Amino acid sequence: MTDGALARGRATEAAPSTREPLIDVRDMTKVYGEGDTAVRALRGVSLRVQADEFVAIMGPSGSGKSTFMHLLGCLDRPTSGSYRLAGQEVSRLSRDELAAVRNRRIGFVFQSFNLLARTTAQENVELPLLYAGVPRDLRVQRARALLQQVGLGDRLGHRPSELSGGQQQRVAIARALANGAPLLMADEPTGNLDSASSAEIMTLFRELNRRDGITVVLVTHDVSVAAWSNRVVTFRDGLIIDDRPSAEAVPRRVRESMLGTAPALEARP
Amino acid sequence: MSIVNLLRIAWQALRRNITRSILTMLGIIIGVGAVITSMAIGAGAQAAVLAQIESLGANLVVVIPGAITSGGVSLGTGSRTTLKLPDVDAIASTVPDVAGAAPYSQTSAQVVAGGMNWYTVIGGTTPSYTGVRSWSVAQGRFFTSAEVDQAAKVAVLGNTVQQNLFPEGGAVGSIVIIKNVPFRVVGVLAPKGQSGFGRDQDDTVMVPITTLLDRLTGQTWVQNFFVSAVTPEAVPAVVDATERLLRLRHHLTVAQPDDFTIRNIADVQQVRLATSQTQALLLAGIAVVSLVVGGIGIMNIMLVSVTERTREIGLRMAVGARGRDILLQFLVEALTLACLGGLIGIAIGVGTAQGSSALGHWPVIVSPFSILLGFLSSLLVGVVFGFYPAQRAAALDPIVALRYE
Ligand SMILES: Nc1ncnc2c1ncn2[C@@H]1O[C@H](COP(=O)(O)OP(=O)(O)OP(=O)(O)O)[C@@H](O)[C@H]1O
Ligand SMILES: [Mg+2]
Repeated sequence: MTDGALARGRATEAAPSTREPLIDVRDMTKVYGEGDTAVRALRGVSLRVQADEFVAIMGPSGSGKSTFMHLLGCLDRPTSGSYRLAGQEVSRLSRDELAAVRNRRIGFVFQSFNLLARTTAQENVELPLLYAGVPRDLRVQRARALLQQVGLGDRLGHRPSELSGGQQQRVAIARALANGAPLLMADEPTGNLDSASSAEIMTLFRELNRRDGITVVLVTHDVSVAAWSNRVVTFRDGLIIDDRPSAEAVPRRVRESMLGTAPALEARP
Repeated sequence: MSIVNLLRIAWQALRRNITRSILTMLGIIIGVGAVITSMAIGAGAQAAVLAQIESLGANLVVVIPGAITSGGVSLGTGSRTTLKLPDVDAIASTVPDVAGAAPYSQTSAQVVAGGMNWYTVIGGTTPSYTGVRSWSVAQGRFFTSAEVDQAAKVAVLGNTVQQNLFPEGGAVGSIVIIKNVPFRVVGVLAPKGQSGFGRDQDDTVMVPITTLLDRLTGQTWVQNFFVSAVTPEAVPAVVDATERLLRLRHHLTVAQPDDFTIRNIADVQQVRLATSQTQALLLAGIAVVSLVVGGIGIMNIMLVSVTERTREIGLRMAVGARGRDILLQFLVEALTLACLGGLIGIAIGVGTAQGSSALGHWPVIVSPFSILLGFLSSLLVGVVFGFYPAQRAAALDPIVALRYE
């Protein structure tokens, strides 16, 4: 974590595969504002993520993690640089095209859940399907199956206010999966949760990654959360300064204490 | 996104804040209600005036004697005795485009039949009167020209008189006594109802003009001439030609003023028609103003709603809503508000029109067109005033919206 250039060098070594990466970001920059008040949130970030990787992004506050996630999630456009998602250049797409990419190809999970209040879990999960133009009966069926998958089969008609934080986040994950996106992005998904709920959510992410081959990129401040991933990317001052397998990045003690809880959960069908 | 889903989302959003939604609709409700009511009252008044014109007789021109000026003091229109019976015949036979001309004089008298009596208006005229004033005979017949020439003692009863003197029927063929003169009833007129001036037109008895002048009033002049033109367009020409003819017949020099007055009844009624139209227009103006105020109310609430739901908008965009989806969502919400308000306004407008008609005894006509207009104007208000807030919502940046506190 000391030498940025070295870290970047290692990042390329870490992904020597000839497969087309799912995420291929080159020299991405993001500047907020103009002139004297301009903030250079990202100052030239390059990152490749292969399909079915599980990447944790860490780094101090203000280092540009969320900014980067929003760009990866196609919620925003970079100031410069390129972003190829599954081979398609998406950094210069129009608003409507970006909406379609968000709808079909990316599932986004937020720290604050962002469920629609006074709307049932079922309807929240249906939301992306609604914008995808999926017919009603199919929508209902798929949302129900997803909620069952995240362990909320008995909470379909509950509103967010009637669910615990962990349950709300699972609804949000079900929603992110609704359109069968191969990529799941999460910005501090456990930030508002206690450690037990965090472990549940992380188990779910790993299950989705291992069993369904969904690529997961998540931001966390918590090393014990990063322990669930298989790659840790570290940001500082708008640059990637470190990128290594979590086996190296996360202290062994943390990994063992966290993952010790996992097999029981993982045994779930 | 399908319209069903858009409507469902709108309905849920509006139900969430029922009081606010209803208050927002109030402007539209009042506006549309005013549109419906004003059009119903306007149309009713117009129809009533048209019906009055109809009942007066088609394309009617009235000639009355001119005023006597005695030492600079006018004794009032109709106080002169210049109109004579032969004048009518001259008008009928020489003025072009005249459909008919009839003299008319009247007096009031007690009419006695058997044990009954009734105080009414006795009108003297000729058979042309039926055509000129659009009267028809319900029983028996009208008197004939021959009977006019002979000053025959025959009478035709108005409906009201018949009902009061002969409640059991059998009027035709009976004898009625007017000022000690016995008249044989030859017919009964079909009912016509109230005149434009609130008088019961059926409360009358018609006798030959000659009989009236000779036996009942002793006058040698006629009070009015009724002249009808063949078409409404011919009325002005008939007025002019009649004036020229009468001046000639009355031997008036260029310096002398008319010793008669010619009134175009349609003109008088047109003025009343125009007045009722002006009133309706005024009401319509009020309706438009309150529709605009209602629209501004909708715009205001929609702007508040967009601000309140900024995070929701951000979230919807994050899961794939395009700007157009968001635009439609809020537009449909505004439209739902406006149309619901419109429908309630239509109900209230129809209710108010019928209610005021029942209470105020004036005619109203609720036309399907006014209902359509009311609904369309609420729709228009919804689109016009809903568009800007919806546009603002659609233009939001997903990240900015998601981060909005
Ligand atoms: N909309 C914005 N306008 C201006 N500056 C912004 C905006 N969003 C982020 N920034 C700035 O960009 C930099 C990176 O912010 P970012 O939110 O990406 O950090 P982060 O790594 O996610 O921090 P944290 O761990 O606290 O969430 C910060 O200096 C922040 O102030
Ligand atoms: Mg952040």
